[in-house]
Amino acid sequence: MIATASAPAETYESLLLRLCQAEPRLIVMTAENRAAIRSLPEKLGGRFIDVGICEQTMVGMAAGLALRGRVPVVHALATFLTMRAFEFIRTDVGIPGLPVKLIGGVAGFLSEANGPTHQALEDLAILRSIPGMEIVFPADEEEMLRALPVILASPAPTYMRYNARKAAVSHPAGFALGKAEVLSEGADVALLVAGFLLEEAVRARDLLQAEGLGVRLVNLRSMVPIDTEAVLQAARETRLLVTIEDHFQTGGLRSIVAETLLDARVTCPVLPIALDKHWFRPALLQNVLIHEGFTGARIAERVRRHLAVQPDILPSIHPTAHPVALS
Amino acid sequence: MNDGDPFRDLETTALRVREHILRMSTDGGCFIGASLSCADLLVYLYGRVLRVSPETANDPDRDYLLLSKGHDVPALYGTLAEAGFFPVERLRNHLHPADSIYWHPNRALPGIEFHSGSLGHLLSVSMGIALDIKLRGGSNRVFVVVGDGELNEGSMWEAMLVASAKRIDNLVMIIDRNEFQANIRTEDLIPLEPLADKLQAFGFRTVSVDGHSFGDLERGLSLRAEGRPTAVIARTVRGKGLPSIEARADRWFVNFTHEEVASLMAELHGQAQARLTSETLVVR
Repeated sequence: MIATASAPAETYESLLLRLCQAEPRLIVMTAENRAAIRSLPEKLGGRFIDVGICEQTMVGMAAGLALRGRVPVVHALATFLTMRAFEFIRTDVGIPGLPVKLIGGVAGFLSEANGPTHQALEDLAILRSIPGMEIVFPADEEEMLRALPVILASPAPTYMRYNARKAAVSHPAGFALGKAEVLSEGADVALLVAGFLLEEAVRARDLLQAEGLGVRLVNLRSMVPIDTEAVLQAARETRLLVTIEDHFQTGGLRSIVAETLLDARVTCPVLPIALDKHWFRPALLQNVLIHEGFTGARIAERVRRHLAVQPDILPSIHPTAHPVALS
Repeated sequence: MNDGDPFRDLETTALRVREHILRMSTDGGCFIGASLSCADLLVYLYGRVLRVSPETANDPDRDYLLLSKGHDVPALYGTLAEAGFFPVERLRNHLHPADSIYWHPNRALPGIEFHSGSLGHLLSVSMGIALDIKLRGGSNRVFVVVGDGELNEGSMWEAMLVASAKRIDNLVMIIDRNEFQANIRTEDLIPLEPLADKLQAFGFRTVSVDGHSFGDLERGLSLRAEGRPTAVIARTVRGKGLPSIEARADRWFVNFTHEEVASLMAELHGQAQARLTSETLVVR
């Protein structure tokens, strides 16, 4: 029996309400992004503050509220929260290290057909440049609900990508900052995954495992702090690291992994699956995944192809033994 | 002896604060123009208005003052030292890496509520503080001193919209209207006038006062605006107290020689006009 922080019917909204009812320091704020917290205004009264489309003012006010001992939970679309208000986050929240909790909506691919203005593909890169900022990319709703009480209890500023997608896997481990979740063991390839792409990575793992590869699947979830040990173990115990993220290739998970390896004087082959110097084609999510090559099948194919063109990585499993359809 | 001037104590303090500012204008220098323009304002607030003292500096029921433009902080350093928040001798550590008395405010110094330096931030931070006070049913007020040049920042006007919408009536925004932004007159670059009309249109109860007259400041700061935030336009003179540098675009940041400081000190006390030869520093 796994102890969970949430009953099956729990949502982000109902959990946040319960946490607010139990902890008077919590204040819920939004820049008119109420989709996930629509019922809270009448329930929280003055502790629900909608500032309108004013992300900078919201973050500045959150800093002021935090100075008075509050823990503001701040909601806006991830792009506008992390970029429009970036300097307020850095200067008013980051410098004093105030416990302001930033919740970014429709981050990464979840912005679907909105277009590049709404594509938060550098939120991790820019926010992790702020000393002391904790950053969480939950894999699904279940993990987000487990993470929420943990990040609200942390004395540090925190950014979390809001992700209410249903879980594709059950999570064996409770959520802890700086602790990754290893969903399968394997000695050939390690898939290191940030956020909701875990569901595609699970499919990729299943495909590769069916072909005889040993695949370690690591749900990183806490991007800052990263689980250094999980990354290094994957580097030492498998032949290829695959970083999977709906984020620009620069500054995100791939960069974090590279820095982690460099710090430990470890080197190994790394295949980045990320957005390399381009915004993605706006479309409904499934078509985005197909077009950009992030479905489980395409991830598996990219791994196979990488092993095929660099046969020294896994000489024991020759690619010709596993016919690859590249079309 | 009471000579009938109800503000004699403040005038004495203000002169001492200006001496402190002047002493910080060498060996690295400081933003002297804005410091001198808001000196009387800060002395008046700490002397007559703010319910805060060194003993209550962390009391949740204190009044708050935040300095938003930040580079005028020598005036705040001097005022806080004179009010006993830290020893006056500590001002000698100006720009020393072992202390925290540098060109912009920070919370390492007793009495300083928040850091600033990036323009357009502390109105919204002040609003968060003020809103929490209201949520808790407190009667304390939050004063935020902003620059007129700072009103170029869109975040100021965005925050004003929200302050008005949320009826944050325990908030007093004081504009140090010295008519300069960095090295240029505000009206020559990005004109603000009619400023009072703009502030009123944004929902602020707005008063205009002579920022160097304690009597006028008393009049302007004694009213409370039920249901609305207050804006006080304090008409001031950049470099006030030193005629040699008053209202000059080129005396924003200065780094005087020791001889010039001595000469300006005599000018401050009305004994002689200073002779200045050092190069003007244009930082921005």
